[in-house]
Amino acid sequence: MIVAALMVLSEVSVYAQDLESVSSGDTAWVLASAALVMLMTPGLGLFYAGMVRRKNALATMLQSFIMVAIIGVQWVVFGYSLAFGPGNWFIGGLSWIGLRGVGQGPGPYSETVPHLAFMIYQAMFAIITPALITGAFAERMRFRSFLIFMVLWATIVYDPVAHWVWAKDGWLFKLGALDFAGGTVVHICSGVAALCCALMMGKRKGFGREEIMPHSIWMTVLGAAILWFGWFGFNAGSALGSNGLAASAFVTTNSAASAGALSWLAVEWLHRGKPTALGAASGAVAGLVAITPASGFVSPMAALAIGAVVGVLCYLAIMLKSRFGYDDSLDVFGVHGVGGTWGAIATGLFASTAINAVGAEGLLFGGGTLMLKQLAAVCAVFVYSFVVTGILLKLVGFVSPLRVAREDEEIGLDLSQHGEVAYNL
Amino acid sequence: MVKIEAVIRPSKLDDVKAALDELGVAGMTVIHVMGCGKQRGRTQYYRGQEYTVNLLDKVKLEVVVPDSDADAVVDAIADAAATGEIGDGKIFLINVADAVRIRTKERGDTALR
Repeated sequence: MIVAALMVLSEVSVYAQDLESVSSGDTAWVLASAALVMLMTPGLGLFYAGMVRRKNALATMLQSFIMVAIIGVQWVVFGYSLAFGPGNWFIGGLSWIGLRGVGQGPGPYSETVPHLAFMIYQAMFAIITPALITGAFAERMRFRSFLIFMVLWATIVYDPVAHWVWAKDGWLFKLGALDFAGGTVVHICSGVAALCCALMMGKRKGFGREEIMPHSIWMTVLGAAILWFGWFGFNAGSALGSNGLAASAFVTTNSAASAGALSWLAVEWLHRGKPTALGAASGAVAGLVAITPASGFVSPMAALAIGAVVGVLCYLAIMLKSRFGYDDSLDVFGVHGVGGTWGAIATGLFASTAINAVGAEGLLFGGGTLMLKQLAAVCAVFVYSFVVTGILLKLVGFVSPLRVAREDEEIGLDLSQHGEVAYNL
Repeated sequence: MVKIEAVIRPSKLDDVKAALDELGVAGMTVIHVMGCGKQRGRTQYYRGQEYTVNLLDKVKLEVVVPDSDADAVVDAIADAAATGEIGDGKIFLINVADAVRIRTKERGDTALR
């Protein structure tokens, strides 16, 4: 009903003079990038599903897959307006609700790309960010509570944070903090929320007593490969044009992923005596996370350094996790929180206006203030995401229990929540 | 009548089957099992976390033979399944009260042939 009413309200704004500035090359690349980033979310589903036990494989896959549908609706109805619409320093207004005024001509964020193309490209970022969190509470969250939580989280955490960093009136944007493709908005925000979820929802049944092992590492490696592939759209697409900057971001993305995979493999080989496929896959993802904010501001050699450092950093973070004893089941904080934070700091170190004139000089190129702005952005998102995620979990918990019943957890979410099983072998 | 249960290395199943064929043992049942004994499990690492799996894949072979054949069959299995390393497995002998061939209703040793 509401959606139908909005459809009637929304006006199609196509003006001939707008359309003349639309570039076919830029539009093609942004639309293709949107499709690439869309594929990342089911890819993430495979990445996560391989790491859970077989009795939870489908439920884990679905928690990512269904995000494409849920946020796909939320975004066009009101999410895009809240994140990118004209508003105040904190959040966008409701003037673009139901995509009113978002048309085939260029919008305020891109002169050469239809506003609709920018909107749907951004939708894919809004979709994958909450999906990333699902790794923290894998194998134990009730599906109904999960759906309620995710809609609230996307609206109250993601949309404002995206507004802060990317909208023209957002306070971090005005401050001059740099985040090319979403290191802070996507990875720190989801990583910190994941830590909060893991702490508040408690450990899986049998955690620390039973051996809870991944059921299908090849599935995880395939998922990582799909993430890597899609990430070219995520980072190079963020140039919002088919141009040299897109090519530069493409190269830094691949360089950091490669270096991340190698450095994780190396540190693991030294530490445990064996190089693992899960390690290579995790390292590649860590490299991709770390380069995300920096991808359009740094050189390929800086990208190699960023990737090489993050592989070691995330490995150490996951080692530390077992000391603290909380159950961030699939290491969302260890990879995305830690990797995203390093990426934001690395942007403050390695950014260069020789790569991107719109950027700023990092610490290594004589710019001092950028690093402070990066740290301010990191701190702000850490606090906001952690606190608001905690409040939302409490609220959802009053309406619907967050965790499944003990016996349902025992038989697995596939059967208890969805009435089906992943394998009939 | 004796039931011989042999828990052996999966890699030795073909050798044991060949040895039993030579002796003319007509039937057997083979089951994939997990087990542990003196042989320690293998350590697995996932993201640097250590997991020790104590139960290893083994094969259990069950053969029922007349009392007179029991020693020869046990020796054949023990020879064919041996590598000399820890983890070769064990053989158990159990007395069996009777046997029935379902198709013909024959009983006793004749049901085994």
